[in-house]
Amino acid sequence: MAQPTDRFYTKEHEWVKIDGARAVIGITEHAQNALGDIVYVELPKIGASVEQGKPIGVVESVKAVSDIFAPISGTVTEVNSSAVDDPAKVNGDPFGDGWLVKIDVADAGQSKQLLDAAAYDAVVQAESH
Amino acid sequence: MSPFGGFLMPIQYSGIIDEHRAVRTAVGMFDLSHMGQFVMTGDGVPEWLDTLTVNEVATMRPGQARYNVFTNEAGGALDDTIIYRLPSHWLVVVNASNSAKMWAWLGGGAGKPSGVSIDDRTPRSALIALQGPRSIELLQPLTSVDLKSIKYYHAVEGVVDGVKAEIARTGYTGEDGFELFIAASDAERLWDKLSVEGPRVGLRPAGLGARDVLRLEAGMPLYGHELDETITPLQAGLDWAVKLDKPGFVGKQALLDQRSRGGYDRIAGLIMDGRAPARAGYRVFVGDLAAGEIRSGSPAPALGGKNIATALVSSGVAAPGTQIEVEIRGQRHAAHVVALPFYKRSR
Repeated sequence: MAQPTDRFYTKEHEWVKIDGARAVIGITEHAQNALGDIVYVELPKIGASVEQGKPIGVVESVKAVSDIFAPISGTVTEVNSSAVDDPAKVNGDPFGDGWLVKIDVADAGQSKQLLDAAAYDAVVQAESH
Repeated sequence: MSPFGGFLMPIQYSGIIDEHRAVRTAVGMFDLSHMGQFVMTGDGVPEWLDTLTVNEVATMRPGQARYNVFTNEAGGALDDTIIYRLPSHWLVVVNASNSAKMWAWLGGGAGKPSGVSIDDRTPRSALIALQGPRSIELLQPLTSVDLKSIKYYHAVEGVVDGVKAEIARTGYTGEDGFELFIAASDAERLWDKLSVEGPRVGLRPAGLGARDVLRLEAGMPLYGHELDETITPLQAGLDWAVKLDKPGFVGKQALLDQRSRGGYDRIAGLIMDGRAPARAGYRVFVGDLAAGEIRSGSPAPALGGKNIATALVSSGVAAPGTQIEVEIRGQRHAAHVVALPFYKRSR
């Protein structure tokens, strides 16, 4: 499938949608598919600082624990508690209702280190073959 | 697909939850051809195996299958196994991860009597397991053997869909089912046939991921987790399989000593009180006291998604009802000890 073009991506299969000083973070369709049934989501506390490339929480499938890494740095303003209550949401709509964390962006320039939709798609294609 | 014990194995086909549901309500089909299959013939096979294992072999009746553990001098587990007494031979099935070790032990170090022949038929023999309440419904049309008459933990030789098979009513899921030993050259055809017949009874092919959840729910040990060379069958809660009045076997004295001293660390079943799963390696605490570590952990679909685990803990905290804590990413999460198994099928 084509990757949404309204956001950036990491090699670890997170996405970040930046809107001025705010951003939303989640995991990609490829990630949820590779994980299988997600059973548990652990997210950071409101007000926590997150640092680009560092783990900010976990997504657990039946079999395994998978770290969520911050695509860019910032401060957590909101977490998706409905995804915590119903982790299957992350499988069902990873780019939409299955979002994970909202942040105040520290440095929008950090998006230069990220992949655009086409570059991320190339990563996905390479992993699938 | 993932490397496992020298083989490339599927972790899942349609998904662990879907495959688990199939096994508990219909039929799941597993390719277990990676497991080691050693055939033993000649004079003195059961007496010899009795010197290497904790459970009784020589008392096995024709057609019987029995769970057993091969031990070292310290009573630690070299491998767990199912031994089958078939009409013309004994069959010892070992974990794929221990195949080479067990072959070297049985073929070399273990004092094999000159009258005994052993043959590693693993490369030429496949193993397909059907597990679930609808197993007989699926399999009966394909064989003239009366499957209902095969007692649990017994095996017969027969023909399935025109293919010679050893049909064993054994399994690793806690459900009714059959393990079919067939020639490797017949395996693909039989798998395909079962796949074609399967949908009418809700069959799903099932991988290692589902297999691990199912056996954990059923309270069955996985070598490397609840058993290893430093964990004895007594510590693993397999007292029922340890026959200490058997004449000499490797590790007997160590196990006698362990039993008479008591107070040993042992495997306990846990249920997490909250939503975070426990995983192998997480530490267990009672108050500030380190009390052990998690050996296996997973959400359990058969328990409505509760998080279950086994842990190797000090004897003082192993009693069902004991409240403990599991450290997960630096935080303590409450759990309580329960008796195994977590799940028992209704009969």
